[in-house]
Amino acid sequence: MKKLTNLNAFFAAIAAKQALYLPVDNSVGKAEYKKWQDGTVYSSALNTARSAKDFFFPQTENLMEFKMEGKKIDVIDTREECEDFVIFGVRACDAASFDILDRVYLVDPVDSYYKNRREHGTVVTLACNRPAETCFCGAFGIDAGNPLGDVTAWKVEDGYVLRANTEKGEALLACVADLLTDTDDAAVKKEQEKLRAIMAKLPLANLTTDGVGEGLTKELFDRPEWAALSESCIGCGTCTFVCPTCQCYDIRDFDTGHGIQRFRCWDSCMYSDFTKMAHGNPRVSQLERFRQRFMHKLVYFPDNNDGIFGCVGCGRCLASCPISMNIVKVMKTLAKGGNQ
Amino acid sequence: MEETLIPYAGIVTKITEQTPDVKTFRVEAPNGGKLFEHEPGQCAMLSVPGISEAMISITSSPTNKDFMEFSIKKCGCLTDWLHAMDEGQMITVRGPYGRPFPVDDALAGKNLVFVAGGIGLAPLRSVINYVRDNRDKYGRVDIIYGSRSKEDLVGYDEIVSEWMNTPDFHVHLTIDREQEGWDGHVGFVPNYIAELNLSAVNTCALVCGPPIMIKFSLPNLTNAGFDKTQIFTTMELRMKCGIGKCGRCNIGNKYVCKDGPVFRFDELDELPDEY
Repeated sequence: MKKLTNLNAFFAAIAAKQALYLPVDNSVGKAEYKKWQDGTVYSSALNTARSAKDFFFPQTENLMEFKMEGKKIDVIDTREECEDFVIFGVRACDAASFDILDRVYLVDPVDSYYKNRREHGTVVTLACNRPAETCFCGAFGIDAGNPLGDVTAWKVEDGYVLRANTEKGEALLACVADLLTDTDDAAVKKEQEKLRAIMAKLPLANLTTDGVGEGLTKELFDRPEWAALSESCIGCGTCTFVCPTCQCYDIRDFDTGHGIQRFRCWDSCMYSDFTKMAHGNPRVSQLERFRQRFMHKLVYFPDNNDGIFGCVGCGRCLASCPISMNIVKVMKTLAKGGNQ
Repeated sequence: MEETLIPYAGIVTKITEQTPDVKTFRVEAPNGGKLFEHEPGQCAMLSVPGISEAMISITSSPTNKDFMEFSIKKCGCLTDWLHAMDEGQMITVRGPYGRPFPVDDALAGKNLVFVAGGIGLAPLRSVINYVRDNRDKYGRVDIIYGSRSKEDLVGYDEIVSEWMNTPDFHVHLTIDREQEGWDGHVGFVPNYIAELNLSAVNTCALVCGPPIMIKFSLPNLTNAGFDKTQIFTTMELRMKCGIGKCGRCNIGNKYVCKDGPVFRFDELDELPDEY
């Protein structure tokens, strides 16, 4: 483990070699990832308003172009090798979401756009020390005091402790070796103990995944509670927008005047036209759409991914839903046993 | 690195008007031949850049080495455009996608009953012509095909000149209502199944058509002795990627684009009723 006391020098040394992104407070007091430059002030917020998925799965991206001339079409592969970049300050929940996105985009056939960015990005995670009342990563087995990533960082009393977890992480720390000194894990353990004491008192500390998980489609799909749970949902899609694990996308074309740009953008299963076809729509009301979102995260995704849930407990949907409906209420309701 | 989302450009070399709202499009690579190989029942994403992209079943048999064909009903912005275009126009194609009919496994050596309604014949035609080209690998073939009217039967000429003249092929056509110049069977496909006294022994059934036809065909096949493990169908839901990533064609934990579109009926029983 390495000790770092001069964080700004660390940022400057990394930014001299590659783009460095870190949480910065914006004009309305919310943290968002911004590119570091001299004078950038690192946010003290617990987490960013948007998740970190944009780095690997951006909200929109161009996939290819077409030149159309008469009856002829030229398909133009516009892919370029991504430049190396570093993200600093990713929390354990968001770091765990990358593993979930990997399970979608890196399985055969691999999504080359995602893989390109994943290969060139180095993730420096930061252990939590002041989790929020909306946090529940522990319910999914995520340790906020020991996040994953290429490098793990802990804020301690007199600086930061860093640990490289991967080759990419080792390479990053090698670049800034003159800013680091050797240290043991005593300060980290102290911080982890303090964190555990706080976590145990959080309102959602006792949330469990009892009653949801792989193999439960038949038990949960027709539960009558879906009607009441989804009753007030306005289908705004905010939960999918802020969610670090929501990965559904749309592909559309845009006429630039010089050709056709085919782009991909985030989409939401909460929208009425998500599954609409020329001959009909299998999800006709908000009940079906709402149920799909939670069944996917709590049953279908675990079914196809060794029991791993499609939620990391970041709590963003709890804070942002305009009708205060969220996955925690769904989990608690389904766990009550229902009608069987 | 390979990227399945990036399509090939192909030339539509022939357009055949099949019915008032169905045309069959022959697609070849710019230098001739097929854009890629496929198996019976698989699909491809067809697109006109700037208009849209959609999943369409490949109606030609893989035994056809010269071109691929797609039978497409006019029913949306992309298909309207395709119906209005001329031969020689390029389109883009990517694939093949999905799980095919098990022609070399569960269906090999069996008698086959094809049950189709309207444009639902398109994916089954790939299998039917594969079976014709591998005639010794399969037993008796019954094709029950129904449409609204005689004009709405897709590929009528091929059915009469090719299928009806294939050894041990038994073609049973039906239309919904009496019509002048039609002396064949009149009535809905599910009822016709019941009238035909089909044998389920050593037989598999392949069903594709409007959901209502599939719904009422299933009990009549069951009454004829078919177990759900002997009945296959092919599904259609909205798709954007074709590879199980865009997240919109799932039924429960299965993605129609990659786990389907072909399903056995006992497999569908395991999935929620949301299609």
